[in-house]
Amino acid sequence: MSELPAPSLIHARGLTKRFGGFTAVDAIDFDVAPGESFGFLGPNGAGKTSTMRMIGCVSPVTNGLLTVMGMDPAKQGPLIRARLGVVPQLDTLDVELTVRENLSIYGRYFGLSRAEVSRRADELLDFAQLTERADDQVEPLSGGMKRRLTIARSLINEPTVLLLDEPTTGLDPQARHLLWDRLYRLKQRGVTLVLTTHYMDEAEQLCDRLVVMDKAKIVAEGSPRALIEQYSTREVTELRFAPGIAETLDGQLDGLAERIEHLPDRVLLYADDGESVVAAAHARGLQPEAVLVRRSSLEDVFLRLTGRSLIE
Amino acid sequence: MTSLARPSSPISRVFEHRFVQYRRTFRASIFSSFISPMMFLTAMGIGLGGYVTNDAALGGVPYLAFLAPGLLAATAMQSATFEATFPIMGGLVWSKVFHAMYATPISPRDIALGNLAWITVRLTMISTIFSVVIVIFGAAESPLIVLAIPAAVLTGLAFAGPIAAFAATQKTPNKFAAIFRFGITPLFLFSGTFFPIGSLPVVLQGLAWLTPLFHGVALTRGLSLGTIMDDPIATAIHVIYLVTLATVGAHLMIRNFDRRLIR
Repeated sequence: MSELPAPSLIHARGLTKRFGGFTAVDAIDFDVAPGESFGFLGPNGAGKTSTMRMIGCVSPVTNGLLTVMGMDPAKQGPLIRARLGVVPQLDTLDVELTVRENLSIYGRYFGLSRAEVSRRADELLDFAQLTERADDQVEPLSGGMKRRLTIARSLINEPTVLLLDEPTTGLDPQARHLLWDRLYRLKQRGVTLVLTTHYMDEAEQLCDRLVVMDKAKIVAEGSPRALIEQYSTREVTELRFAPGIAETLDGQLDGLAERIEHLPDRVLLYADDGESVVAAAHARGLQPEAVLVRRSSLEDVFLRLTGRSLIE
Repeated sequence: MTSLARPSSPISRVFEHRFVQYRRTFRASIFSSFISPMMFLTAMGIGLGGYVTNDAALGGVPYLAFLAPGLLAATAMQSATFEATFPIMGGLVWSKVFHAMYATPISPRDIALGNLAWITVRLTMISTIFSVVIVIFGAAESPLIVLAIPAAVLTGLAFAGPIAAFAATQKTPNKFAAIFRFGITPLFLFSGTFFPIGSLPVVLQGLAWLTPLFHGVALTRGLSLGTIMDDPIATAIHVIYLVTLATVGAHLMIRNFDRRLIR
């Protein structure tokens, strides 16, 4: 792994987590620089959450080296956690309390005074666009609102690093875009973001740099653009054939693109000029039911690296 | 850390969370803490007690005076058991607020002790109200009834620690019903709350001696009737038994919170 110019905020070498005989994280190396927005991309079970929990100092490291803000999670867990903001995969809000009470009691966990907590809660309610719901109970809020409250809550201690475990899973597109906007603003303010996701578009939107995880290991590292350039082509042509036709194609697509992936419902052809692939396919007399030419994405990178789609 | 003043201990912040939760149901809770002992003492102490004439076996006091401190200890047991089951499951499994606390500088140990501190305060509130009702009913024979409050709290804690330790190992509340059905209810009925255990067959008397509620009832009754120093050795055994159970329970609770949250 290349050396980073800035001292790393999170530093891992050979980081390993085992649960009994099961290895959840298998000797991974990575560094996160201050102010960077860093992602772990991978399918469910790849080891992303276990890695995040070790960084969050709530899960002991089995093997290897991990430092967070220069400190050792095994010895200085509470000191590190004092400077982290954590957005867990599943909301851990107190649904019996109001929106504002959730923020203020969480601030109190960090030892902040009531006056300070109240001042910050007002700001964060505004930031999360929840001011109008401040005195409502949490239970009936929408998924997107609960998620925004969880993010607001994670900011109450003005953290140096924000850990987000699948921040937008289960949200509708509108709620997701609103959340991305809020996270982008935090990034602009210099907060270091570390996030896990299995959404390509999320990783492309939010991450300066990411690692692709599969089966407890890191299989690639780089910026979204660099990974796409390295592991994919500029464009992808998707051809969808009528049921039964795809199996009879044998070899008819050969040579049309640099690389061809056969998925259950469609064929992906990787080439820098997608339109010319379509023209060439038509010239061979192929008649796909649907044609889509699109830019290559991290989904394609993942497919290339693992031979599987990210979300089954 | 510069802006993070530390005016309070982590344990007190966990306590504060339980207090903020409690504030929502505070009025109804205080009301029922008064009403429940009043109904019990009226129905059983005065109503049923009117038919109980064998005062000698009860130590020569009216049935109401015999029953009231027993119910005090039994109420502490029931309240403690409730507080040590569902709210613990809530924090660990349902709302997961204990996991949220652990993401901050608060440790699992702080979470366990903060909850025990809250349970102690709740038991003090409930026992104080109950004792006031006992006095209002004229059922206290001695000013030592004041000390029956800490005795009842200790009785409750002897249950709260071990039961919370158990609750911290559970993923569903299915076994809680069994605790109440096969643990709390038999203890409530056969630990000397309603009648002296001398009325039980000898085998059951021995069994009753082993139950924490028996020791709690012996203390609260001895204090309310003013007979606590009639047998100082027995009194010492009651206290030691309950303190031991509460202490061991608290340790187990901390251990199980560690196991559950640090993974």
